[in-house]
Amino acid sequence: MSFGELLGASLLDGLLIGFVYGVAAMGLTLIFGVMDVINLAHGPLIAIGMFFLYGLFTHFGMNPYLAIILVAFAGLLVGIIVYFAAVHRVINAPPLSSLLSTFSVNMIIIGVGTALLSTSAYNVDFKLSSLTIGSNITITGTRLMAAVVAIIVTALLYGFLYRTRAGKYIRAVSNNRQAAELMGIPSTRILALAFGIGTMLAMTAGALIATILPINILAGGTYELKSFVIVVLGGLGNPLGALAGGLVLGLIEGLVPVFMEATWVPVIEFGLFVLILLLMPNGLFGKKRGS
Amino acid sequence: MKRIHVWSALIVVLALVLAACGTSATTTTAASTETTATTTATTAASGTTAAMMTPVEVTIGFTTSTTGKYNTESTRQVNGLQLWMNDVNNAGGIHLSDGSVITFKAVSYDDESTKDRVQELYTKLATSDNADFLISPYSSGLTAAAAVVAEQYGKVMITTGAADDATYEQGYTGVYQVYTPASKYLTSSIDLLHSLDMGATKIAFVYENSTFSTGVATAAQAYAEANGYDVVLFEGYDAGTTDFSAIINKVQASNPDAILGGGHFADGEALAKQLYEKQVPVKFVSLLVAPPEPLFSEIGDAAKGIAGPSQWEPQVKFTEEGAMANGSAWIGPTGDDFVSEYNAAYGEDPSYHAAGGYAAGLLLQYAIQQADSIDPDAIKAALDATNLTTFYGNLTFDTSADKHGLQIGHQMVVVQWTNDLTKEIVWPEAAATGTPIYPLGS
Repeated sequence: MSFGELLGASLLDGLLIGFVYGVAAMGLTLIFGVMDVINLAHGPLIAIGMFFLYGLFTHFGMNPYLAIILVAFAGLLVGIIVYFAAVHRVINAPPLSSLLSTFSVNMIIIGVGTALLSTSAYNVDFKLSSLTIGSNITITGTRLMAAVVAIIVTALLYGFLYRTRAGKYIRAVSNNRQAAELMGIPSTRILALAFGIGTMLAMTAGALIATILPINILAGGTYELKSFVIVVLGGLGNPLGALAGGLVLGLIEGLVPVFMEATWVPVIEFGLFVLILLLMPNGLFGKKRGS
Repeated sequence: MKRIHVWSALIVVLALVLAACGTSATTTTAASTETTATTTATTAASGTTAAMMTPVEVTIGFTTSTTGKYNTESTRQVNGLQLWMNDVNNAGGIHLSDGSVITFKAVSYDDESTKDRVQELYTKLATSDNADFLISPYSSGLTAAAAVVAEQYGKVMITTGAADDATYEQGYTGVYQVYTPASKYLTSSIDLLHSLDMGATKIAFVYENSTFSTGVATAAQAYAEANGYDVVLFEGYDAGTTDFSAIINKVQASNPDAILGGGHFADGEALAKQLYEKQVPVKFVSLLVAPPEPLFSEIGDAAKGIAGPSQWEPQVKFTEEGAMANGSAWIGPTGDDFVSEYNAAYGEDPSYHAAGGYAAGLLLQYAIQQADSIDPDAIKAALDATNLTTFYGNLTFDTSADKHGLQIGHQMVVVQWTNDLTKEIVWPEAAATGTPIYPLGS
């Protein structure tokens, strides 16, 4: 494999996983954008998505890409339940309350998940043919499909937010909740729906990751951290920025190991996180809040 | 209505206070019984108690990685240890000449696979739990953290699942290793490669950045270079890595004949799976820890042809006769008995982690029998003089001041997964149960 091929392969691998990171981060940023809640249960919700898909595939023999549709709807339901159980009562309280509340949900999911599943790694033993470019670049089919599904999910999200009444309500509540309420928009239901969609995105991302990589109940934590970096890169509350941020992060993860040891990746990722916070607090692609 | 609330609150508070008192009383009783037992044991060992049947319950303290990345290996290790403990207790314990009958009790906690918890918990085991002997946690990194505490409190600690050489180069006097040291883990794979193909000269090392794996890779790199191999890549990856695509691209770019490395079970399995999915054209792959685990076959075709060093395999046959011929003592069950007993207890074949756990218990049992005491100094003297063979192999320790406790008797084998997804020993030739698959994919 020549250096050019190495660069090409790393670029493609990074970009493809970047789409999945983007979907995970969109869930986090959507919830923050609409209700100013930093969802610390984001990682465990990603893990639930992983295991939901694992269960449907392993125990019911379902095609993983069909199973993702079920995971997404389950995500919506789980999100709405979590909203009413842990978020709704603290929605107007100081930010620390919602942080603690979602952190509690995090601990509950991790505790129950560890008791039921242990922290051992599980594999979704599903294979798709690989795509060979030239003679040496091999892109695994599952990674390619994960990126395609991530793009479809993003398109559907935008279609929903901009083309449907409920989506417009979400954007209105995000923009100015009081004004939206004065216009007759049922803000509680819309907030619950937004939290449900955020969770749906998190669980869908988890399901996509499960088709590519080994999973365990604590694995969501890694993607939660990545999501934080991505939403800062893309601008808090900006879903499209989150997708772009995901691609940037994927590229960093793909390209950095070409030039230095892979252990430098988190140093660069989190160094960038701090730099963006200092120099561009609205993110690389961020709009000003409320715009 | 308000009164009902007040009364309810009072009842709840009262119930909580009573519950707390009850728990506290139970704990104290248990602790005092334990203290009495330990005191009796020590007295019995020093020979001041009358020679009559005195039951003595010895506490063995250790941590388990019930959660965290070492869960798979640690669970097997503790299963093995627990099986030994059941066996020795069910057989009536160890009878000492002063009439003491030693039985064993385990005290263990979840270390969450982290060093911080290990240090905290081993301190608790050595002090408030007053453990008589310690068994290491799983992994070199966690054991290094536990060994400091064991030495500090003068406790004898048998280490298993901990191969890194560095722990035994700290001048400790009470830490004894059951595993073959990390410096020898991958050297046998290099010997195997050499025997298979003199033309394969390029090796890529890809290893987890942990104490153990880095130690193994560094020693193997030196061994490979000394034997004329060209090390085309020497790259570490973070513990917990699941996506190896970037590293695999680098491996492909370095165009090696063989890939050696890995770390622990989860990452090793993921690396093998992704090497297969990426169709890396390589002739030989030998990874640490993961391939010897029976669970490794769950990755299906990706497991085929993957080799790895193993501390023990069920096919390895050590016998009492063989031990006698080598001038070594023998203790414990045969390999076949261990396998069937483990299978009956846990419903799966034992891996070398399980065998190591059982062997650690056997070693302690042997040392107590030889010392005829549970006094730590007598146990240390017995361990220093040990030349023991069990179903797991030989156990002998370096007794020099700079490498005290390092394992020098035990030999490893190399296993490889066949195209039928069975596991065979392929090296050394004398112990081989199958023909090596070479090159990979053939």
